[in-house]
Amino acid sequence: MTEKLKVSIKNLDVHYGDKQALYNVNLNIMEKEVTSLIGPSGCGKSTLLKCINRMNDLVEICKIRGQILLDSQDINEASQDPVLLRMKVGMVFQKPNPFPKSIYDNVAFGPKLHGMTKSKEELDNVVIQSLSKSGLYEEVKDRLFEPGTSLSGGQQQRLCIARALSINPEILLMDEPCSALDPIATAKIEDLIAELKQQYTIVIVTHSMQQAARVSDRTAYMHMGELVETGLTKTIFSNPQHEKTQDYITGRIG
Amino acid sequence: MTEFLLILIIALAVYGFVLNKSKANALSEVNIMHSQPHYHGLYSAFMTLVPAIILLISWSFIVNMITNITLREFFSDVTDSGLVRFYTDGVIAYVEGTSDRIIDHIGFLPAVEHYQSLQYNNKILQFIVVLTLTLMFFRYSLKFVEVQFKARDYIEKVVVYVMRASAVFAIFVTIGIVLSLLFETLRFFDSVNVFDFLFGLHWSPQMAIRADQVGSSGSFGAVPVFTGTLLIAFIAMSVAAPVGMFSAIYLSQYASDRVRSYAKPIIEILAGIPTVVYGFFAVITVAPFFRDMGAFLSFTNMSSESALIAGSVLGIMIIPFVASLTDDALTAVPRSLKEGSLAMGATLSETTKQVIIPASFHGIVGSFLLAFSRAIGETMIVVMAAGFAANLTFNPFDSVSTVTVQIVGLLTGDQEFDSPKTLSAFALAFVLFFITLILNVISLTIVKKYREEYE
Repeated sequence: MTEKLKVSIKNLDVHYGDKQALYNVNLNIMEKEVTSLIGPSGCGKSTLLKCINRMNDLVEICKIRGQILLDSQDINEASQDPVLLRMKVGMVFQKPNPFPKSIYDNVAFGPKLHGMTKSKEELDNVVIQSLSKSGLYEEVKDRLFEPGTSLSGGQQQRLCIARALSINPEILLMDEPCSALDPIATAKIEDLIAELKQQYTIVIVTHSMQQAARVSDRTAYMHMGELVETGLTKTIFSNPQHEKTQDYITGRIG
Repeated sequence: MTEFLLILIIALAVYGFVLNKSKANALSEVNIMHSQPHYHGLYSAFMTLVPAIILLISWSFIVNMITNITLREFFSDVTDSGLVRFYTDGVIAYVEGTSDRIIDHIGFLPAVEHYQSLQYNNKILQFIVVLTLTLMFFRYSLKFVEVQFKARDYIEKVVVYVMRASAVFAIFVTIGIVLSLLFETLRFFDSVNVFDFLFGLHWSPQMAIRADQVGSSGSFGAVPVFTGTLLIAFIAMSVAAPVGMFSAIYLSQYASDRVRSYAKPIIEILAGIPTVVYGFFAVITVAPFFRDMGAFLSFTNMSSESALIAGSVLGIMIIPFVASLTDDALTAVPRSLKEGSLAMGATLSETTKQVIIPASFHGIVGSFLLAFSRAIGETMIVVMAAGFAANLTFNPFDSVSTVTVQIVGLLTGDQEFDSPKTLSAFALAFVLFFITLILNVISLTIVKKYREEYE
């Protein structure tokens, strides 16, 4: 672990209309580590995650106060472009959402969009590399031009990961990436996360405490819009400081 | 007398309803009934009303038949069946007072007398029979108010029959319309060759009625009429497709919920404007505008009934169809796809172009086809704004005519319903019907297919 600060969230308040979703959240995310956000439903995990790539901009009634620093740069400043931010901060969603295009075009989508490749060969390379990184290439190399939706759920999710990796993000946000998958597909994604953290900073929202314990270096426990406790995953699960955290990980709430 | 009978029957039904309901009410005070009191009331009302109405309808049907047969006897020496029909109609009209013409035939006055007495007897007989039977059913229906009586099951059955009858009615009307169109079309093709009609290049349906009239022998080549229709429909689509689609994209992807909640109903109001109003708009506002424009750009041959004017106003009319259906198609695309694309750093317009439109492509095509078939079948706007001269041209500044305009022209005023001129309207209508039917089937299939993709 490098112990280098990648993202720093300071005094973050988020409101949806009259309803406050996050209360004064402070969280540090370290480079090339897996940070998992756990907590009962509706505690604000996904909201916090979506603040990091400004997907909450899409929600009209959403108001954000506080700072989110990415490499010491406030991402919510007027001078910051959400489009460029999202090139740096990729996202994988709860339900696999491949575009209605071929497997190849799904992965080529980002590089084409941002003009990252000069030639067809270069684009082919990016696609193959991204698919290899997400461990899908061997399975789909003979049918790259079939629709992305023809894959199984787990394959679709890995396709979405390949798509996110294709534009070389620095951070990968994963919003319950395994909740729609069976145990075998889940295991594959978890192995993948362990590999990907060599290169990327990963933030993962998960409902499964076992998953958090398996994949993450640090864990943040959230409850009712507040960040209750954060620390090394080992510590949180073996010796939680806070009573609510203990209740949650022992299964008394949530 | 029949009116009085009807009022009596309805009063009886209402009375039966009240009587049974109150009786059942009293019973329900102490018992748990199978059916609620108002079902018992309805049971009596239906038992009184339904047989009476069925009887009345079939009665008038049978009496009509009897009248016709007996009246015909008075004119048994006439051999032409059309003439017999004319005479019997004359008798009926004379007695009913709609005509005072006395037909010069020996059987006429006896027939009138016969019909008068028949009418009088019929009315009395009808009154007595229908009323007696209704009273019997009414009495009968009062006997059943019991705890165990399943009035609500009977009412359920009646409701199902009413709905089934409505559905059957709608289907039969459709079939009837198609068949009547088909038969008239076949009659037309007795006198005009099918291929001459479908592929002929000259349309001029005027025919000489008398032998001494000059010229026109009638020419029924439908090609110019259909090219005119297609030209106008294409102009309409070139207005409606971009405007409708862009407004749908704006409303579904960019507009805030507040804007959307106002804008969408306003656009849909366009669909509720009577087409005759669009006709005014075309003639009073758009035509002078285009003519002045034409003059300004020194197009001297710009007709004030040009295809361009009719087409563009027609296009305005179908904007809401395109906008509304395209909007439905775009909003049906799962939000996760939009988010996925935005999360890749795509802008909203890139997302729309590369993800949302491809994902809803079927729906958009379907909406275009439906709008197109609307444009082809539209009548009032083109009657007011396009001409009657069926020119074979693709120049939008020329005056062209459409199928619907021709049909209106052929069927307004005094017509002989056996001349090819009049019958050609049915042939045109049949072909038009066939085209729009095919377009609708295709577009509905496409729309359905795309709906299934996300469900």
